[in-house]
Amino acid sequence: MSALEQAAVPVAAADQDGPVTVRFDHVTHWYGNVVAVNDISLELGPGVTGLLGPNGAGKSTILHLLSGFLSPSRGAVTIDGVSPWRHPDVFRTVGLVPERDSVYAFLTAREFVTASAKLHRLPDPKAAAERALDLVEMQQAADRPISTYSKGMRQRAKVAAALVHDPKVLLLDEPFNGMDPRQRMHMMDLLRGLGASGRTILFSSHILEEVEKLADTVQVVVAGRLAASGDYRTIRRLMTNRPHVFVLRSTDDRALAGVLIASDAVQGVELTKDGLEVHASDHGTFTRELAKVSRAAGIGLREVVPSDESLESVFAYLVGS
Amino acid sequence: MYNPTVAWITFRALFGRRRALLFVLPAIVLVVITLALKGAHGTVSDWPALVLGRVGVGAVVPLTALLVGTSVLGSEIDDNSVLHLLATPVRRRDVIVSKIAVSALTTTLFAAVPVLIAGIIAQGPHKLAFGCFIGGVLGSIVYSCLFVLISAAMRHPVIYSLAYVALWEQLIATLVGGAKYLSIEQWSLGLAHSISNNGDLDSHLTFTPSIVLAVIAVVLTTWYATQRLSAFTVRAD
Repeated sequence: MSALEQAAVPVAAADQDGPVTVRFDHVTHWYGNVVAVNDISLELGPGVTGLLGPNGAGKSTILHLLSGFLSPSRGAVTIDGVSPWRHPDVFRTVGLVPERDSVYAFLTAREFVTASAKLHRLPDPKAAAERALDLVEMQQAADRPISTYSKGMRQRAKVAAALVHDPKVLLLDEPFNGMDPRQRMHMMDLLRGLGASGRTILFSSHILEEVEKLADTVQVVVAGRLAASGDYRTIRRLMTNRPHVFVLRSTDDRALAGVLIASDAVQGVELTKDGLEVHASDHGTFTRELAKVSRAAGIGLREVVPSDESLESVFAYLVGS
Repeated sequence: MYNPTVAWITFRALFGRRRALLFVLPAIVLVVITLALKGAHGTVSDWPALVLGRVGVGAVVPLTALLVGTSVLGSEIDDNSVLHLLATPVRRRDVIVSKIAVSALTTTLFAAVPVLIAGIIAQGPHKLAFGCFIGGVLGSIVYSCLFVLISAAMRHPVIYSLAYVALWEQLIATLVGGAKYLSIEQWSLGLAHSISNNGDLDSHLTFTPSIVLAVIAVVLTTWYATQRLSAFTVRAD
């Protein structure tokens, strides 16, 4: 069996005690005068949940609140009814993969993961470390110092250390950063398997495609607020159906505006100093029709720029809706 | 309370950095000064007590403890690698005690033992050398507790630790009468004096207050460092 096939299968079901519930109840957190998380309530159960949002949206703050490295300024965070703040015992059931690249670079991955197993007081730390290294496909490089690893390999070493005690809840902050496509696919298979076996997996990402491929449910965070929450497909549809904004420059912007406003795929047009701003209700139909109608009208297109394709604009739309 | 895995990681981190090379510098300076004075004066004058007390216990021990004590926890907090240690159910008190133990042992090796060696070079195996060594060991322990506490409680621990040594111990404790009771250097010298009975040591405290105050300081700093580490928060980017 290939390593990839192994990774897709191998995680054992979460033990008898049942799944763990992670809960945010009207949680707010300030850094000085800056509100990083603003009145968020959510509940996570078994399965893979994606925490989606642009950089600086508050994703890491949410994960740090969950792992007890921040205390809520207001509201309550609980894991199975227990606040993680000042309760390191929660790490018996929680594994954390921090985003920052700081690891004990002077250790080898095997030493690092074995040390993690010992800190968890596992009965057989070496066996637990080998199992975790197997899961992330790190056996071959496990005896090299972490300082010699690529960013993706460091990420996998961190994931192995977080998985060594077989936690029921796994929190991962941007886990795919620095991973090549094959490592990314393997990690997705692993997390999917962990979620399917009854564990609660929460990972943050600012990349829509990662969340789309992996998450059963999504929590979209924008500027510290929960902008959307629930099934990914529903949210995706909302994103797809939003008006798309394009800026066009042509040989005759005024004439093109007259032609385009007649199209069903266009909600509105506006002449600006940069060209013609078009609000399209249907991205696909508009891009197909644009060339056709402009050619028919004898207007030459010089530039077509989608102006709201960034994740931030998608989130802004979600917040507005 | 002592966690061998935490201590092992700490030792590896401590000696895996170039900063570890600095640990031997104060000791080398002490031994070189001792050899130079021995060559110039032999053993006839009062210089051994001044060198072992002022330079050894008063400078080499706190400086080495500062370098080591702020490294064992402060460096991990600075680069956030401490998250990997704290994302486990290990009790925060065990983390602090293990870090202090590593710092105290390393400081003893790189500062108190060189004081003993310098004492033997100066006068041969003598009560002064042994007394200053024991005083140095006490200083290694208490300074380690203080500097680990500062690392757990403050950003830029080196600056605050240096301020304690330079301003409090070298300036205020020598100028203000009552401040000697809150000086780790004075507790160390008090112990060294009570063992060696050497009047040339610049000691203002006797055995009992030195030991009692040192024990109180160890307990309080360890407790408070544990409280601060328990409330460790990730800094905003």
